[in-house]
Amino acid sequence: MIPAPFDYHRPGTLDEAVALLARYGDGAKVLSGGMSLLPILKLRLGAVAHLVDIGRIPGLEYIKEEGGMLKIGGGTRQAALERSELIAAKYPILRDAVVLIADPLVRNRATVGGNLANGDPGNDLPATMITLGATLVVRGPKGERTIPVSQFYKGIYSTALAPDEILAEVRVPIPPPRSGGAYLKLKRKVGDFAVAAAAVQVTLDAKGGIERAGIALTNAGATPIEAADAAKYLAGKALDDKVVAEASRLAAAKSSPSADRRGSVEYKQEMARVLVGRALRKAVARAGGR
Amino acid sequence: MAKHRINVTVNGTAHAAEVESRLLLVHFIRENLRLTGTHIGCDTSHCGACTVHLDGEPVKSCTVLAVQADGCKLRTVEGLEQAGKLHPVQEGFTEKHGLQCGYCTPGMMMTSVALLERNKSPTEQEIREAISGNLCRCTGYVNIVKAVQYAAEKLR
Repeated sequence: MIPAPFDYHRPGTLDEAVALLARYGDGAKVLSGGMSLLPILKLRLGAVAHLVDIGRIPGLEYIKEEGGMLKIGGGTRQAALERSELIAAKYPILRDAVVLIADPLVRNRATVGGNLANGDPGNDLPATMITLGATLVVRGPKGERTIPVSQFYKGIYSTALAPDEILAEVRVPIPPPRSGGAYLKLKRKVGDFAVAAAAVQVTLDAKGGIERAGIALTNAGATPIEAADAAKYLAGKALDDKVVAEASRLAAAKSSPSADRRGSVEYKQEMARVLVGRALRKAVARAGGR
Repeated sequence: MAKHRINVTVNGTAHAAEVESRLLLVHFIRENLRLTGTHIGCDTSHCGACTVHLDGEPVKSCTVLAVQADGCKLRTVEGLEQAGKLHPVQEGFTEKHGLQCGYCTPGMMMTSVALLERNKSPTEQEIREAISGNLCRCTGYVNIVKAVQYAAEKLR
């Protein structure tokens, strides 16, 4: 399959890239790893007049802690996230999620920024970043602004990103002591999007009860679903079977998946419920609880 | 239509070409360079038959533009054999019968070579994870895993 013709630009800096986007407006699209965009162009589900390739701009690939934040460059390859010792040691929820995206060959090209900015509700990183309270740093013609991930998604492939803005960095507040998270995903095979998937991040109090929780679901609606009711319910509670059951029920009730070849609405909601419960137990265990 | 001048090194040989923006890397490799060992399977970045090394990393060349590879080093299955001697991975696939129809084999071997360059002693689980983006519809993977294990031993 061959995409319809387009022009290709390879700016040397982020500002040059933004200027190209501003010049070409709706006719332009950012190319990062290309693992979602190129298949769309090849299948001719979409067309674009100008591709602005940010994949070779220096300084967009990094994973570091600085000023109380974990900072991940938008151009960071998913394979780099997967191999990062910092991520494995301190952000297991991200490691859980990244190894479940597509397959290892795709992750060698696909980027963290692409997975977040694309706006596909099947993408795995958005739910994890919501539970971590992450913020996106975006660069546009007027400079930088920040958008909380929880307010970024507007609909299927629709985000708060303007056509002339580029996702430059993801910032995650370094979790306090006694924090832990987990991401669980049910999929039919390697490379598939989620039938259902749940991200849970918790911080425990000194007695082992839940001080703060974040819960979000992947592929359970037009956007990643933040289960704020369930998170609120968990605050101040000690984890037991009854609490897990109620939090899972509340979270799954927020999901509104569509029936497709991955299953019926009822099946997907039930799987979301089960996965939230399991992810919650795992998150609490990782945070040092039982 | 936009054309771009690109320079790539493929299996150690430098090539310069003028390509359309939309030309896919796999088509460049097969049609411009006539290196037809790299196969096109699903054409939708699922099957991995088109796997080549781009600056040392295995990637699906059906989902990379040729122009994105400008200035990069590529390695294809034709680059595995050195001075008439098969690469240990190629030998492993032969010795352990790691193929039946052979269609996935070039991609499967390129992924295996990259794995062994990163990890000299992969466990069976690590091998299976590494090749999870390469589909084989014939073998059931058992002999492919044995082929990679054979090559790992040979390379150690």
